[in-house]
Amino acid sequence: MKFSNFIYKFFFEGNFFPILTIVTVIGIFWYLIALPMNAEKVERKFKDLNTTEKIIKSWNLEKPKLPTPHQIVKEIVNTVFYKKITSKRSLVYHGWITLEATLAGFFLGTALGILLALGIVHNKAMDLSVMPWVIASQTVPILAIAPMIIVVMNSVGITGLLPKAIISMYLSFFPVVVGMVKGLRSPDQMQIDQMKTWSASSNQLLWKLRFPSSVPYLFASLKVGIAASLVGAIVGELPSGAIAGLGARMLAGTYYGQTIMIWSALFTAAFLAASLVITINIVQNFTLKKMAIIT
Amino acid sequence: MNIYIFSFFGIWFIGWFLNSILSKKNNSNFIRFFVPTIFGIVFLLMWEFLVLGLSINPVLLPAPTAIGSKFIVEIPTLWIDFTQTLIKGALSGYILGCGAAFLTAVFINKFDFLKRGLLPLGNFVSALPIVGMAPIFVMWFGFDWESKCAVVVMMVFFPMLVNTVQGLSIIDKSRQDLMTTYGASYFQTLLKLRLPSALPFIFNGLKICSTLALIGAIVAEFFGSPIKGMGFRISSEVGRFALDMVWAEIFVAALAGCLFYGFIALMEKQFTFWHPSQQK
Repeated sequence: MKFSNFIYKFFFEGNFFPILTIVTVIGIFWYLIALPMNAEKVERKFKDLNTTEKIIKSWNLEKPKLPTPHQIVKEIVNTVFYKKITSKRSLVYHGWITLEATLAGFFLGTALGILLALGIVHNKAMDLSVMPWVIASQTVPILAIAPMIIVVMNSVGITGLLPKAIISMYLSFFPVVVGMVKGLRSPDQMQIDQMKTWSASSNQLLWKLRFPSSVPYLFASLKVGIAASLVGAIVGELPSGAIAGLGARMLAGTYYGQTIMIWSALFTAAFLAASLVITINIVQNFTLKKMAIIT
Repeated sequence: MNIYIFSFFGIWFIGWFLNSILSKKNNSNFIRFFVPTIFGIVFLLMWEFLVLGLSINPVLLPAPTAIGSKFIVEIPTLWIDFTQTLIKGALSGYILGCGAAFLTAVFINKFDFLKRGLLPLGNFVSALPIVGMAPIFVMWFGFDWESKCAVVVMMVFFPMLVNTVQGLSIIDKSRQDLMTTYGASYFQTLLKLRLPSALPFIFNGLKICSTLALIGAIVAEFFGSPIKGMGFRISSEVGRFALDMVWAEIFVAALAGCLFYGFIALMEKQFTFWHPSQQK
């Protein structure tokens, strides 16, 4: 495909303009709604200014009720690029602490989930006894256990990464089990019969048929799992008293009324979530192409 | 080896043995119900015997019987927390958020431009940790249930929107043409064709959102709440190491989650009985 062709398609046939329009509308709306929300504070602090100056002030308050996008971006740029990454004020430092726990939990949860799914597919007793509970667990707000895990593990001397990783683990575990069981069962009877006519062992059946056909399902679950892992890691940072991590930044921001700090932590978390999901998407496209599942 | 540890392994093997025999039998409804029930009971008994046998400190892990008796004793408190968090916070937010998302979806479905802009954004936002909005909403709307309701609205809005829009866009062209030959107006087509055929997607959205709503309402209370509510109780009782109370709250949350989900699934069965996924 020619490059100019690509550019044309990107701008005029894809969703570029619709998305751009909506994002712009949201941005304008944001600045407008910041005026009444911050008006009270501006009135109190800057009584004598004229209207134009008041508007500008309300978009640049130090502790606004609703910070404007440029303030948040400025804070993020400040705390990402102009602080040493080992500093407690650096968002990279806090982001990394959260990301570390997320990834550790995510990999553990995925591995355990795949193992359990294999067990469920191969053993009927396990399928009948465990699967209904796994499905039921999807309807339960299991995130509520998070504070307990943190505090109990702290009290036996386990602190830092591991408790948060465990929360992330069990949050990403259940979607992976459900997805993988579905995936491993996705080959139809005809394909299984075909394998049997080749006198494939059950190991071969697993590695050459069941596992490859479960890969698309696995990736779909991974995307759900990693988003859940991140939420788990953030919530896991709340009960230990706001020491480090994005969740701690949010909590500290709540204590001290530092709204810009909360919003910048929130945006960073959103950025992390988006990059993680996009990374999985790229790996997915690459893998599925190599496996010739998609072209 | 003390008697509890012995019982622990005993009950494990009995359960295992029973289930492996039962699961070799024909697939009847009876088996499908009985096997997981045995698993659940065995799991609880093993938990009980493990706690007793190793004399685990109840601060770390209380026994199921301790949790059960706490649950019965504390029913009044649990009921107050339940109404505060799940009825006032989660349910109000769920109805508002899903309702708003549904109306928005019906509206933007008419405009292709809006749909192409909002759908990718909605998908994107659905993957974000919206729970993080909780501290902001607590600042804006105060400690009481209004802020929890707002968090829940934010959490359920986009998943619901995306599902409804998807449901409304997948439409059989020949059915659409049939409606046109009947001279049906836009609203008639919407009511009699589009909405009914979108129902499976709408119910899927409602199901996803039911869990999200509970999570949102509970987690939002970790950022500040009046002195009642499930999230408040969980975080404060954890601080006092009263884990039996925490487990009792979690039990309430689990029960409420299952019932809520079950109710929606029941509704789905009632309204989408014609859909292939509902037929045996």
